[in-house]
Amino acid sequence: MSEPETDRRGKHHDMTQTTQKICAGDVRSASRLIRDLEDKRPEARRRLRQLFPHTGRSFIIGITGSPGAGKSTLADALIGELRKQNKTVGVLAVDPSSPFSGGALLGDRVRMLRHAEDPDVFIRSLATRGALGGLARAAGDAIHVMEAMGKDVILVETVGIGQQELDIIHHAHSIIVVLVPGMGDEIQTMKAGIMEIADVFVINKADRPGAKQLRTELTALLNASPHGPRDWVPPIVSIGNLYEPEIFAKKTAELMDAVTKHHAHLIVSGQFAERAERKAVMEITDALSACILEPVLERLIANGELKKIAQKIQTRETDPFTEAEAIARRFLKTGETS
Amino acid sequence: MPERKIRVMVAKPGLDGHDRGARILARCFRDAGFEVIYTGCHQTPEQVAAAAIQEDVDLVGLSCLSGAHRILFPRVVELLREKNASDIAVIGGGIIPEQDFQMLYDAGIQAIFTPGASLDSIVDWIRTHVRTGN
Amino acid sequence: MYFSDETHKASRKLTQQWQANVRNAVTAKPDWKKRFSTVSDLDIQRLYTPEDLQNMDFARDIGAPGEFPYLRGNQVTGYRGQPWTFRMFSGMGSAEDTNRRWHLLLREGQTGLSTAFDFPTLMGYDSDSPKALGEVGKCGVAIDTLEDFLALIDGIPLDQVTTSMTINPPATVLWAMYCAAAEIKGVPLNQIGGTIQNDMLKEFIAQKTFMCPPEPSVKLISDTVEFGAKYVPRWNPISISGYHIREAGSTAVQELAFTLRDGIEYVEDILRRKKMNVDDFAPRLSFFFNAHIDLFEEICKLRAARRIWARVMRDRFGAKNPRSLWMRFHVQTAGCSLTAQQPYNNVVRTTIEALAAVLGGTQSLHTNSLDEVLCLPSEHAVEIALRTQQILAEETGVVNTIDPLAGSYFVESLTNEMEKKAWEYIEKIDAMGGMIAAIERGYPQMEIADAAYAFQRQIEAGEKIMVGVNKYATEARHPVPLVEIDEKVGEEQVRRLKDLRRRRDNRAVSQSLADLRAACKNGENVMPHCITAVKNLATEQEICDVYREVYGEYQDPGLF
Repeated sequence: MSEPETDRRGKHHDMTQTTQKICAGDVRSASRLIRDLEDKRPEARRRLRQLFPHTGRSFIIGITGSPGAGKSTLADALIGELRKQNKTVGVLAVDPSSPFSGGALLGDRVRMLRHAEDPDVFIRSLATRGALGGLARAAGDAIHVMEAMGKDVILVETVGIGQQELDIIHHAHSIIVVLVPGMGDEIQTMKAGIMEIADVFVINKADRPGAKQLRTELTALLNASPHGPRDWVPPIVSIGNLYEPEIFAKKTAELMDAVTKHHAHLIVSGQFAERAERKAVMEITDALSACILEPVLERLIANGELKKIAQKIQTRETDPFTEAEAIARRFLKTGETS
Repeated sequence: MPERKIRVMVAKPGLDGHDRGARILARCFRDAGFEVIYTGCHQTPEQVAAAAIQEDVDLVGLSCLSGAHRILFPRVVELLREKNASDIAVIGGGIIPEQDFQMLYDAGIQAIFTPGASLDSIVDWIRTHVRTGN
Repeated sequence: MYFSDETHKASRKLTQQWQANVRNAVTAKPDWKKRFSTVSDLDIQRLYTPEDLQNMDFARDIGAPGEFPYLRGNQVTGYRGQPWTFRMFSGMGSAEDTNRRWHLLLREGQTGLSTAFDFPTLMGYDSDSPKALGEVGKCGVAIDTLEDFLALIDGIPLDQVTTSMTINPPATVLWAMYCAAAEIKGVPLNQIGGTIQNDMLKEFIAQKTFMCPPEPSVKLISDTVEFGAKYVPRWNPISISGYHIREAGSTAVQELAFTLRDGIEYVEDILRRKKMNVDDFAPRLSFFFNAHIDLFEEICKLRAARRIWARVMRDRFGAKNPRSLWMRFHVQTAGCSLTAQQPYNNVVRTTIEALAAVLGGTQSLHTNSLDEVLCLPSEHAVEIALRTQQILAEETGVVNTIDPLAGSYFVESLTNEMEKKAWEYIEKIDAMGGMIAAIERGYPQMEIADAAYAFQRQIEAGEKIMVGVNKYATEARHPVPLVEIDEKVGEEQVRRLKDLRRRRDNRAVSQSLADLRAACKNGENVMPHCITAVKNLATEQEICDVYREVYGEYQDPGLF
């Protein structure tokens, strides 16, 4: 059975029944819960709470890079490798929402078609819905849902422009950064912070001109960065023509191997625990924001207060800090935030 | 309570690769504010149904210009039914002669839009008929 | 200078006067539309004058028929020597059904054959493949083996009639069947004539019948060119196509540019790969364009195509044989211009489009039937379509003189403009590293998708009109009799295949497939092995599966 908790006919089901289904791997219920979380349904949060004890057990791999770098095709290849190891896989494929219409074209699945009917692979497309860090707002929640389903590995494919704060670092254990020769912005990308977040580099479409040079430059930059004894030096995997099947298979195995090694390194070096803690801190921070800040703002918007305050700030009658302190005192004192 | 975003899927079952209409529809749906899962051409009905469930879409739009709609469209509806997902609406378009409409409606296709149907009319139909599980 | 000084002086003066008059006229009564543009959105001037042609050089840019740059045509005698070939694209149901339609068309005066295959055949699947479900015989003829093919050409004199086959990834297989059939009928290969479409680049760009990735696809094409040059000299081993690019929504200039650039890519590949001399194969390269509804845009596009190709072949590739410089093409009237609403209007559209093709100097023409938006053409509808061509040839006088529109200020100006814009695209793609590189980047695909979407938006806004659809629509229904293909066709094909697989010498089949596999791996020409395999009754899919196995299958990048 795969009915969501509140289905289209408006019937309510027992909450525990739904979370049980999700923990048993039911795709429809899981996808519906992800949707409820995206759409900010109140009951969704409650269900996520129920699922939380079952989360935190998956290995999460992030894939980022410029549009056109070939992330989805790589994801498809990695899924193949993981399935060979009998691992169950969840995939979150994130694409940007249109700032004009709020809609989105989610086309990453097209490159992962051969896994479409594999019951142990769950591919879910997400739109960013205005989030700027390359991930959908609900991505963290969606990852938890997939973890609760018991997925061994979760691939998160992000919209990586490379020059912005990337949310993926807060969610993934191992991050693959995909570069393509001839895209024009590799050097800039490397200097802008991608160096810090990459655990594995892939030079994709490495049969194109400029691949050797890119590899040389990347190696030089990596060598120039300071490394401590505990540090991991990100390997560079060059992957060329997708259509030389034997070579491509070898290269994907090499990539999988690099990622697996990184995972092991994290555990052995203690960094895994550090990252888990960092993630937990991020999650409580986000939750606090959702619990406190957002409802306060909503209230102020709804009753028109925010607009009035903004006007007073514009005329310099007051300043933001004074206002914020006053609001904080008001809401914290009364204990009400909604 | 914030409004739900409408999620739709545009797919071409069968071997026909003429996707001009399907791609235009996908863009149009995006411009209408929907989240559109585009799975491209050469899909089997099984792939379409599996994807529709994984993506929790409200509606699947099938496009076929090769004449295979009579077999393939009802098959998608059937597969969704088997997987307890009959609440996902299925609509169709392409080269579909009027004499096939009733047979498709009987098989569970909720609407058919053939060449000349305005994009706005399709968007309106979706907005009116799709229940997003409120 | 094209015109004399006096002419220009007089023209400038009169034009100035006219412009002043226009200003007065439109102040009193504005034009009935804001913009006057072609269906591809090229703006057209209110008037064209000698000044629009002042930089033309008669000998360099216009010339005579049968002379470089072939703007006025390849043949010195034009349509007086011989009209264009009436070549109606047809195929339906089983080979027997199609054979009946072919004989009807030949009886009714068609002068060349053109084969439409069903989707499983187009994609390299047999009728009993699970992928063929619901598709067998629906939009063309189902051909699985040489036996089907022999039924298809039954009673057709292969030494007297030329046959075109619209087939792409499996082109080697179908051509092998044609060659094998000719041998069986006692017609030597050097006497059979025809065309295989065999243009994979446009598949990646527009039509999307995929099988193998670009590199091996192009290799197979070079095999056919090489084989044809040696053994089947009257055959066109490729029909470099713009029709499908246009149907996918491109503009006329994009159709022109991408088609020609595909041609350039093939020539470069064959030169590099097969080390042939360009004059050994270029005379047999052929092209295939769309004839859309904007009469003059299409005429100018076709004329520009001839001139661009002649210049490319002479200057870029150093071809010496005049036949290498000829652009020979087939035209099909635009399927995407037809409407399901008020279908009888389509007869009018097809007529105008056919006129454009003829005034553009086509070698061969297919006219769509009025009901093709709804189904396969009925006998009556296809008869009207064929008669359209015959009326044009026999009654209208268009064949009386060569390239009648040459020298028109408008037509020459628009031809020049389209050539110029096409060159811009060609140079851009050159800069990207060629067409295959451009396809990998998604460049032509995105140009087409953007143009298609823009056009649809214009239709929705009423800026572009389709009569009967967004203007002059009626509630009245004008039903046309519809052709239906029974599911029985598929069932019968499945039965035949089962029977054939039992009867045939399966060891011989395995051996010939193994030989083909080895040839593919060694980079040998596949054609001789294909012919052997089809003679042994290997099925189309069995042969295509060898290609898939050795070369891999193409993955749709799913671009918008």
